[in-house]
Amino acid sequence: MRIPGSMLFSSRYRLRQKRLHPITKEWGLTFYVLRHSMLAVVGGLIALAFLLIALFGSMLAPYDPISANIQDRFQPPSASHPLGTDTMGRDVMSRMLAGAQHSIKAGLIVLAIAVPLGVLLGGIAGLFGGWIDEVIMRVTDMFLAFPSLVLAMAFSAALGPSLFNAMIALSVVWWPMYARLVRGQALAVRETSYVEAARSRGASNWHIMFKHILPNCLSPILVTLTLDMGWVITAAASLSFLGFGAQPPIPEWGRMVSDGRIYMLRAWWMSVFPGLGIVLVVLGFNLLGDGIRDSLDPKLRRLTEVTWKREKTSSSSTD
Amino acid sequence: MEARENLLVVDRLKTQFFTYGGVVEALDEVSFEIERGEIFGLVGESGCGKSVTATSILGLVAKPGKIVSGRVLLDGENLVGKSEQEMNRVRGSRIAMIFQDPTSSLNPLFRIGYQVAEPYIYHQRRAKRQALKDATGILAKTGLPDAVEKSRNYPHELSGGMRQRAMIAMSLTCEPDLLIADEPTTNLDVTIGRQILDLVKDLQREFGASVLWITHDMAVVAQMCDRVGVMYAGTIVEKTDVRTLFRNAKHPYTERLLRAIPSAVKSADKLEEIPGSVPQLIHPPTGCRFHPRCDHVMEICSRVKPLEQEVEPGHTVACHLFGREREGT
Repeated sequence: MRIPGSMLFSSRYRLRQKRLHPITKEWGLTFYVLRHSMLAVVGGLIALAFLLIALFGSMLAPYDPISANIQDRFQPPSASHPLGTDTMGRDVMSRMLAGAQHSIKAGLIVLAIAVPLGVLLGGIAGLFGGWIDEVIMRVTDMFLAFPSLVLAMAFSAALGPSLFNAMIALSVVWWPMYARLVRGQALAVRETSYVEAARSRGASNWHIMFKHILPNCLSPILVTLTLDMGWVITAAASLSFLGFGAQPPIPEWGRMVSDGRIYMLRAWWMSVFPGLGIVLVVLGFNLLGDGIRDSLDPKLRRLTEVTWKREKTSSSSTD
Repeated sequence: MEARENLLVVDRLKTQFFTYGGVVEALDEVSFEIERGEIFGLVGESGCGKSVTATSILGLVAKPGKIVSGRVLLDGENLVGKSEQEMNRVRGSRIAMIFQDPTSSLNPLFRIGYQVAEPYIYHQRRAKRQALKDATGILAKTGLPDAVEKSRNYPHELSGGMRQRAMIAMSLTCEPDLLIADEPTTNLDVTIGRQILDLVKDLQREFGASVLWITHDMAVVAQMCDRVGVMYAGTIVEKTDVRTLFRNAKHPYTERLLRAIPSAVKSADKLEEIPGSVPQLIHPPTGCRFHPRCDHVMEICSRVKPLEQEVEPGHTVACHLFGREREGT
């Protein structure tokens, strides 16, 4: 016997369901658009795999990623060591699995510091203009005038080589790009008629910042953020490669490429696999970023909503 | 006609823009008053300072512009020189504005209903759900078909006329005393424009608000307004009720403006126009700003700025032609 829905759920629950429906519907549409872009799906899967490896990699590693095992050094890829072993006989695959967490940590922390800082400063500069804008943007220009990696090297050298200091150094050089992005958007939005209209209705500067400027920046920020995730990981790896970031024996991918490069001809797998790993992760985040950009475009969304609805009705009628 | 109290008094308002090219004297001692519950029209060519008057009243003159002198009295309270925070309380709750272009005056990222509800949330601190409900109500009042459904749409999903209705709903949310309409029908086709005119008139009657109607369209003036101010190059040249304007215009500029209205009855080969163009306001003509284009120009016109003279009760003209008549009598 079928139990009617009204007996299963309280009326309050159904009311909440009804109210949330527009929101859940929008999310459904977002995923629909994302799902229907092949490359975004591939990128998303790579990024997801990377995240899972970062979370559970050290548990999955078949060998100890840190302790040396001298008899097994320079083993080429084989069944027991799928990606070979390094100078100390450590399994490259185990080290890569265990090392993913450092890369993702670097990416997340750097962006968690740099993005809010840049967004806030850029928003203030663009909205208020005048001397505030001048001061903030000239500082930004100073940062952007240096090659960012060189500047980050200088900072991390000054702070002392460690992965944590490398993250701080990268945060310091990473915010100006976001400040630029948001300021440009703020300048454009500030001049629009709807901001003028909002002002004519008595909106304060902060209201305009949070209701008009930031929402308008949200999708470019989100896209840049996803694209940048890959680049921050590369930059962190580069710093480690140059010896400023992760110190041995931490299995950081950039460090592994660096350690392997003198044995390039004898044991190519030592550098090539971590390098490929970095390439793959950057590629994944880039593809995902592109996909997100497409799925957030409101006009594109409405176009796909039509096909989405049609598909849903046809699938429910065949049930 | 009974004498009614003035809601808004604009007194010798002078707004200037300090640009690299020089000081643009956008408004030169503009004075007019709007009675409670009346529709006051402001007509003039493009660039004569109509919109600057509106932004000056709201205290939203963009940099490098500045109100140099003069007063804007709303219920006897001077708005010029008020702080931003004080002005923010006036804007939207006591004075509201409808803009020319409804397409760009709505934020593309938010649903119509939410945008209309915002003043409720921020000015009147209503709960969000209540505000949204009220917003739908006011949208329905503006004649938006299927307001419940439409309030969930984004601006790009509505037609121009619907968007203008939404803009009007927004401006009415806090029941303002004064509604400033800056050419709200310019971007709409004639039928929809006509509907919007009727709508504003109906709502104005219902809410008892005064309206400052800015336009360059004499036909709209004739339909909508109780009294009219004619602007030329940052000055008000003539001010009267709408009947007198069309029957007995005094100022040479107003006369020429009325003759330039295309007529379906008279078949003229060529539309009559006013020779010359609106002067540069960086170096405006001395004396009367209209004198280089005026048919009746006299020697005094280039020297002395004409003052507003009351030629008959409620009808003022700023022209030396009438000052002299008066001197003569």
